Order: sequence, then structure tokens, then C-alpha cells
Amino acid sequence: MSVRIRIPTPLRSVTGGVADVSAEGRSVREVIESLELAYPGIRDRLCEESGELRRFVNVFVGEEDVRFLEGLDTPIEDGAQVSIIPAVAGGAG
Amino acid sequence: MGAVQGLRCRECAREYPAEPLHVCEFCFAPLEVVYDYDEIARTISRERIESGPRSIWRYADLLPGGEKRVDLGAGLTPLVPAPRLGAALGLRDLWIKNDTSNPTHSFKDRVVSVALTMAREFGFGVVACASTGNLANAVAAHAAVAGLEAYIFIPADLERGKIVATAIYGPKLVAVRGTYDDVNRLCSEIAGRFDWAFVNVNIRPYYAEGSKTLAFEVVEQMGWRVPDHVIVPVASGSLLTKIRRGLDELARVGLIEGHSTRVSGAQATGCSPVATAFKAGLEHVRPVKPDTIAKSLAIGNPADGYYAIKTVRQTGGAVEDVTDEEIVEGIELLARTEGIFAETAGGVVIATLRKLATLGVVRPDERAVAFVTGDGLKTVEAVAGRAVPAFEIPPRLEEFEARLTDRETTA
Repeated sequence: MSVRIRIPTPLRSVTGGVADVSAEGRSVREVIESLELAYPGIRDRLCEESGELRRFVNVFVGEEDVRFLEGLDTPIEDGAQVSIIPAVAGGAG
Repeated sequence: MGAVQGLRCRECAREYPAEPLHVCEFCFAPLEVVYDYDEIARTISRERIESGPRSIWRYADLLPGGEKRVDLGAGLTPLVPAPRLGAALGLRDLWIKNDTSNPTHSFKDRVVSVALTMAREFGFGVVACASTGNLANAVAAHAAVAGLEAYIFIPADLERGKIVATAIYGPKLVAVRGTYDDVNRLCSEIAGRFDWAFVNVNIRPYYAEGSKTLAFEVVEQMGWRVPDHVIVPVASGSLLTKIRRGLDELARVGLIEGHSTRVSGAQATGCSPVATAFKAGLEHVRPVKPDTIAKSLAIGNPADGYYAIKTVRQTGGAVEDVTDEEIVEGIELLARTEGIFAETAGGVVIATLRKLATLGVVRPDERAVAFVTGDGLKTVEAVAGRAVPAFEIPPRLEEFEARLTDRETTA
């Protein structure tokens, strides 16, 4: 499955400044593995040593936060859009 | 910003220069402003603060920015004793910090005054924010007085008063069909594409510092004494953690001896990820889809939730949540005992205070301060159905007398 991934500013140092990249995978986990092959070091930025997503990293498949889906096991449809977004605080009130 | 040394990651402690950055490039955790407290301690004094401007900028020594101040007069809002509310809740030393009296009627004027000051110092020509209303009002007004262009993104279903009180200042107001979390996410992506000062994205470390002034003021207004317990509304969790940080800093620079203030948080049950995690004994906050009338607190994925829980646990406080019905009762109770009309977030705080008092978490003898952070006129929809005339009559004396009860006629 080919997936398009939107890379946030703080991560672009790993992708050579590129904001939109492609990767392969049938789940979020596999997509991250695929990204790691293309951009070594990116997995450490996204995941804790335990393999779980870092607390301040949000991954969206389409419009939905994967924490509302199946986390790293969330399946990926062909042509899906994945976005990686840092948590943003403050602002509601 | 003489005493600002730079920014530091709150998780991995990596250091960054004082630039428009908001998350650690390595671990994505938030960055926080670092000050040279020894330097500040050498010059700061109670007298120096008391003779300063009648706004948050009297605490400029402990804030970033200063040369290109955007100051509409935010801050120095009333701290009032609340004996009638206290009596109703069984609390003997209750105070209300009434932040409804800020220039755009919410505490957001504090953070925005700092954020736009920094935006000017960084040389931005455009400021922007994602907001559920209060922040939108504050950014629009401060951008107007600073002559800055503003883009403001709001959920399309926002209360009418908040839309009007933003649009009137002339920003580019963009209504987004989605929740606040959707708007926020969109703004993160827009922020990556445009070189704008997003007050709650790339300016956030500076913006958030403005919240400390609530703690500074409470202490100054109490004659440089510290409260025993503070009750704070929780959306992202930033305000709660910054109030604690403000108290810590006053001690660090020698303006108070120290403090053992307990910090408690208030949420609406319809959006209570922090209260849920706290009560379950967890550190991690699980995001929720908000469904509450307290829209100004409706952040389903609170980025500072983790820190808010840590602060509450360290200080011996609690986080509780209240239903929409209780929120409305809280608004009425505050209005009818203390003459203060709060927005829904204030109803959340008062109803949570009532709950915490009943549970014995807030003790009867504690000097407690409840933070009322926004004006009720912003969310009249929440109480409009209940706040109605007692009766309607033609303009004739006998009609009036006929409608009075016996007790009222003889009183």
C-alpha cells in the first residue's frame, strides 16, 4: 500500500526539508518502519523505546487521530493520507 | 527580554535559542522559557512591582518581551472576597479572582498581550490563532491596536457573541466546520506553510508565560501572602501549570518565602480527559471527543494534560468534573451570591469547587481562590432559557399589584 505522509516542521530536518513523503505499509506501524528505511532516525523521533508513540506526537489517518482507532495497528487503505502533528497546547478558552 | 536565556524542552531538557519555536525537534515535547533568576532577583522587589504599570506588565521582569509592548491594559483584575458563596459552600475564606474585567473580558488578554509583544519583537507582520472564542476576541483586539494583520480560525458552531466580539475588530475570521481539535490540527498544518505568528503554535512558549500573571496578582493583592488552595479551569492544562510556576517563581526570586499552595483543576464532564486520567490514577491522558456547553474548555486532546496532572498530584489537589446542568447551576450560584456573571468555564469552576468542598478536598478553613476566567455575556446561550423575567405586564399599577404574591405585597 502506498501512503502519503505529511511531515511537520520539526521533523523536516530528518526528511531533508521535505514536507510530503511517500511510504509503504498496511498499518501505521508498518508505515513508520518504511519511513525509517528511507529516513533513518525518524522512528526514534516518533516512538518511545517501548515502541509506543511518544506522548506529544499525534498521528492522523485521514481525519482521525489513531488514538481513537487502533493506535499503531490502525490499518491503512491504499492512497490514504497520514499526517504527523505535534500536540498543541493552550488556546481554547 | 533581558533575563530570558532561551527555551528548554520540558522532557529531554535540550536547549534552544529564544526564537519562534514551540516543540522540541527531538521529542516533540513543549518548550518553556528559561530565565536567569539570579539576575532577576538582584533587581526585582515588591516596591518595584507596586509602582509599575497597572497591567500585567508590572511583572515584566518575569515575562518575555517588553520593548515593543502590545498593552490594552490586561491584568490587575479584582480579587474579591466571596463570603456569600463561601457560606453556601461551607468555606470560610473563599476568594474570587474575577478575570471577566479584562479588556476583552477573559484571561486570554494576558497571554495574548505577551504573545503579540513577542510577535512584534520577532518581526512578524501577521498573527494568527485557533480559538473557541475568548482567544479569538483577545487576538483580534490586540492585533487591531498593534496594527498587525490577523487570521483567526474558529469552529463554525461558536456562540454568536464570540463571533461578533471577534469580527468587530476587523481580523480575517475563518469559520471551520469541525471541533476545536479539528481547527487546531488545521492550524498546525497552516503554521507549517505560512510564516505567521500563531500565538498558540509557534509563539506558544511565550504566550503561555502570560498566565503566570494570575498567580503574581493574587499574591500581590493578598498583601504578598499565598493562597492555601487554588481552583483552576482546565482546557489544555496550560493555565493550571503556569499558575503553579508563577508561585514557584515568586519564591525563587525572593518575593515570597515559599508556598505550599494546593492546585486543583475543574473540567466539564462532557470533556474531562484530565479529570478521568487523574481519578483513574493514570499519568497519560486519553483524548476524547468533546460534548459540553463549556466550549471554551472543550479541548479533547489537552497537550499540557500530563503536566496538569503532575502539578495537581505534587501539590495535593484534585481534578473533578461537573455536568452541563451543574455548570449552569454554578453560573447562577456565583451570580446570585457574589454578583459576578461568569461564562460557562466559570460555571465549571464554581460547580467543581462545590463538589470539592463536599468531598472535603477543599477544606473549610483554607484560603481558597477560584479563578473565574471569562464573562457570562460571552455565553448567554447557556443560561438564556433560565434567566428570564419573573412576569410580563401591561404598564398599569393594578396589573403589577395583581401579579405580586401575598408575601410580597405585605413585605
